[in-house]
Amino acid sequence: MTTKLFGEPVRRREDQRLITGRGRYLDDIGSKALAAAFVRSPHAHARIVSIDVDEALDVEGLVAIYTYEDLTGPMAEPLPVLIPHPQLHAPRTGFPLANGEVNHVGEPVVMVIATDRYVAEDVCDRIVVTYEELPVVVGVDAAREAQHTVHEEIPDNVAARHHQETGDVEPVLAASPRTLSFTQYIERSACMPMEGKGVHARFDPDDGSLRVYTSTQASTSVRAAIAAKLDLSLDKVEVIAPDVGGGFGVKIVHPWPEELLVPMAAIALGHEVKWTEDRREHFIGSAHERQQRQEITVGYDDDGRITALDVHVWHDNGAYTPYGIIVPIVTATQLVGPYAIPVYRVVVESVFTNTVIVTPYRGAGRPQGCYAMERTMDRIADELGLDRSVVRERNLIQPDQFPYDHHLTFQDGRPVIYDSGDYPGLLDKLRALVGWDEAEKLRTEAAERGKLLGVGMALYVEGTGPGPYEGGHVQVLGSGKVLVSTGLTSQGQGHETAFAQIVASELGVPIEDVEVTTGDTRRFGYAVGTFASRAAVMSGNAIALAARGVREKALRIAADVLEASPEDLEIDAGLVQVKGVPGTSIPLRTVAVLSNPLRYAFDEAAKQATQFAKPGDDDKPPVAEGDAPGLEHRDYYSPIRSTFASGAHAAIVEIDPATWEIDVVKYAVVHDCGNVVNPMIVEGQVHGGVAQGVGGALYERMAYDADGQLQNASFMDFLMPYASEVPDIDIDHQQTPSPLNPLGIKGAGEAGVIPGTAALASAIEDAVGRRIASMPISPTELYDLVRSPDSEMTATAGRRAGTGVMA
Amino acid sequence: MKPAPFRYADPSTLGEALAVLSDEGAKVLAGGQSLLPLLSMRLAAPATLVDINRIPGLDAVEVTGDAVTVGALVRHDALLRHEGAAEVQPLLGRATANVAHPAIRNRGTTVGSIAHADPSGEMTSVLALTDGTVTVATTAGSEVVGWRDFFVGPLETSIPAGAVVTAATFPALPPRSGTAFAEVARRKGDYAVCGAGVVVTLSEDRQVERVLASYVSVGLTPEVHDLTEAVAGSPVEKADWAAAGALARTLVDPDTDIHASADYRRLLVGVLTERTLADAAAEAAGRAA
Repeated sequence: MTTKLFGEPVRRREDQRLITGRGRYLDDIGSKALAAAFVRSPHAHARIVSIDVDEALDVEGLVAIYTYEDLTGPMAEPLPVLIPHPQLHAPRTGFPLANGEVNHVGEPVVMVIATDRYVAEDVCDRIVVTYEELPVVVGVDAAREAQHTVHEEIPDNVAARHHQETGDVEPVLAASPRTLSFTQYIERSACMPMEGKGVHARFDPDDGSLRVYTSTQASTSVRAAIAAKLDLSLDKVEVIAPDVGGGFGVKIVHPWPEELLVPMAAIALGHEVKWTEDRREHFIGSAHERQQRQEITVGYDDDGRITALDVHVWHDNGAYTPYGIIVPIVTATQLVGPYAIPVYRVVVESVFTNTVIVTPYRGAGRPQGCYAMERTMDRIADELGLDRSVVRERNLIQPDQFPYDHHLTFQDGRPVIYDSGDYPGLLDKLRALVGWDEAEKLRTEAAERGKLLGVGMALYVEGTGPGPYEGGHVQVLGSGKVLVSTGLTSQGQGHETAFAQIVASELGVPIEDVEVTTGDTRRFGYAVGTFASRAAVMSGNAIALAARGVREKALRIAADVLEASPEDLEIDAGLVQVKGVPGTSIPLRTVAVLSNPLRYAFDEAAKQATQFAKPGDDDKPPVAEGDAPGLEHRDYYSPIRSTFASGAHAAIVEIDPATWEIDVVKYAVVHDCGNVVNPMIVEGQVHGGVAQGVGGALYERMAYDADGQLQNASFMDFLMPYASEVPDIDIDHQQTPSPLNPLGIKGAGEAGVIPGTAALASAIEDAVGRRIASMPISPTELYDLVRSPDSEMTATAGRRAGTGVMA
Repeated sequence: MKPAPFRYADPSTLGEALAVLSDEGAKVLAGGQSLLPLLSMRLAAPATLVDINRIPGLDAVEVTGDAVTVGALVRHDALLRHEGAAEVQPLLGRATANVAHPAIRNRGTTVGSIAHADPSGEMTSVLALTDGTVTVATTAGSEVVGWRDFFVGPLETSIPAGAVVTAATFPALPPRSGTAFAEVARRKGDYAVCGAGVVVTLSEDRQVERVLASYVSVGLTPEVHDLTEAVAGSPVEKADWAAAGALARTLVDPDTDIHASADYRRLLVGVLTERTLADAAAEAAGRAA
């Protein structure tokens, strides 16, 4: 029994349930429910000419068919633009079911409700939708060239032109001793949670209440959206995120069409309805991320110090913009990383394409920004003949420069002011951990084995824990159980464990007594959601504040009983006692009983709180003015701005020059997320992130053809790395507490994925001596690159070959 | 991703199975590792699935001095671990080790994989390289069909409607011979971007006498390429396997897909040929000694 658990590697309490098949995911709910299935567009861009359901009507088990024409009121309007922004001048969203036009393969056109999913799919097969195909825009370059349009009334395909600058970049560039310019690309990947999306809805016609389970990252906001779209009173709607089998960002988008249509059908049909997304639907009907074209110009001096940076990004946002320009803003503002950039200008043009929408995927624009900045550092080093780590070192923000104001505006509308950090410390640890200074020796050894070895590194800063707020509620019961809830949802990150650790430490109770509930609007109605590495920062601090409130009340009540001053009391192992006076104590559970004056004794414990149990003060009411019955407290944490975590990754790759297979032989991570609640959970987050980083750099891409058909919409052809492709990961920690929040913590959820593409591009370039300007890269592409007469040899490779100009 | 309606039959004798298979649109279900995903994606919608898993006698690996005969219900994993089979034809174990992942090898059958006739399958290539045959049963009786007559196109065989492949027979490795098998896959256990199986046979005086190769994920149907001319008559220690690899590159006609260009596959044909031949020759030299 331990109560001081903050910072300890406590085993994840949810794992017993989750890894032995006892999780309760969406599809485990509602075995009697009717099933929904969707007819989705087979075309990337088309007008709907007609929908013929005649052939489908006699399928045994069909219950209902819905098209756009069946939608009424707010449901017939476009889906919301969740995060409006003044620079998002041409936002577009789809309808719950397509209204006359489809803009990507997979867009829902018809919803079928049937007795089970098999029958529902049989019905879908028999519905004939006639389309008139329209010209298709695929890829950021096609969108930019705008020979065709996605939305007819937007001739340049540009949804938003996001622009920030910290000074007048052009004269500084003109005056810089050196400049270089280049263009590079990064491709699409996707979150790919093990569990896809899913919705179950049950309506009680007698009391008009609707209960919805959805595999979401934001249950409170789904609740509000359902109430608004279906014209229901908020108090009649409850939304619960059950065990969620991974999210990684895709489930923060809401309301998905299905989250509205399934409840709509449940109400109309008077029967529970469920939709469980299948993998093909997830590929073509959810969200992707990451495709950008980046045009970069940098000014620098002979020592490699940057004087000015000018970046123009073309960002593929897919067919619609329901999540606003969050990803472009994050790229624009996080690009600068740990570096002091004297003058910076960034323009991100967010463009429409006839492909699946682009919304945050773990990293959410940061991997692209990191790729831009870190590859710029590599190019400067290459030009000057300097060690890549030295160029980075010379540009780092120094520990005495915090708080460091970049004079940019972040995704939460707040200034990008780094709260704390030690970037030179990270770099030193990284060099030691990966053996940076041994690289030449390793290269020689590998060459003797016939392998090309390369090393690369990438640093990042990640704004985490954006507001506006999260809340926490802590209640001690007469049984001694401590109930904790927060509205923020969970998708397997270990929130139950981390939040229980915080409460056990703050309150002084055994962790075994703490029960945590997340993402259930019945328990906590106010929340934002789990995304942007914010759960520990936001809900963690809110819960800590709530626990402190409970502690304060417990000490006040106990002080009265023990005839002591609250300042002289402590709580340890569930016992409130006078410091230094063993035996003078009262169990916290008894304090909980006493906190709620009772008339009725329903059990033995309750007897102690009834009106004749002890003499009272006849001059005071049983519940003091301003006080409330019960040993509980609700509190909120609303940060002044985001807190900035940081880290540095390095990779060593070996490449077979016969087959061009790429093997990541070493991967090193130095990580700083401030005070750590649970180092085991943080390391797990880093491991998972690195796996996705390696996937995004070497394996994954959304292979759209020119017609907008996704050619690899299955796990057979979309290559998520297996355990066999993920390298062993060496991790070192640094802890620079955040001064912004009570617990001094920073977010850790996305960090692992951010620098993967940049570090691996750098390592591969180092190994083969050819410029890598497009990621991800596969062996077949690397083979094309090394034998292409057009590919650029790096200056470093030239120096190694003895043919280049020595710096 | 739910299959269209189908009838399910689980006969307990081959005769019953053949009777049901005579129905229009009937399809054999053995390990199901290729068929079930096709059903779930509704890329195939057979009217009847004839599950042969309850038919006794189809799960044997028979080893004679001349050949290994693999029954229709032998799982890849059983063949992979079969020591007797490996002694007579070492390619069987070496190739099955490259078939997907353990979970798939535990259910998937070697004969089913051959009957599926996927040019990305390892065992189709091995059947060709060993000059193997399949046994095809119909209501009229059983017939042995050579691999050249069996493979017609990608996912297409000469097997008549209503028939079932009951076994595949892989002739023994000839004397003074060695084999090797290697693949390049994007991820461990994936379909190969390119795979190569080779057989090297030496003469009594340890000169290279015959070199055969067959490739995975290269071409529409399995092919066997005779690379002997590149190295014929060389003492085994001095053979120029790179020349054999170079010859192989000129003989193949691979396709481009999202995972690899045709050029890259051709490169791999050369590299894997050279590497596997060196291994196979070393084994042949050991056996010839």
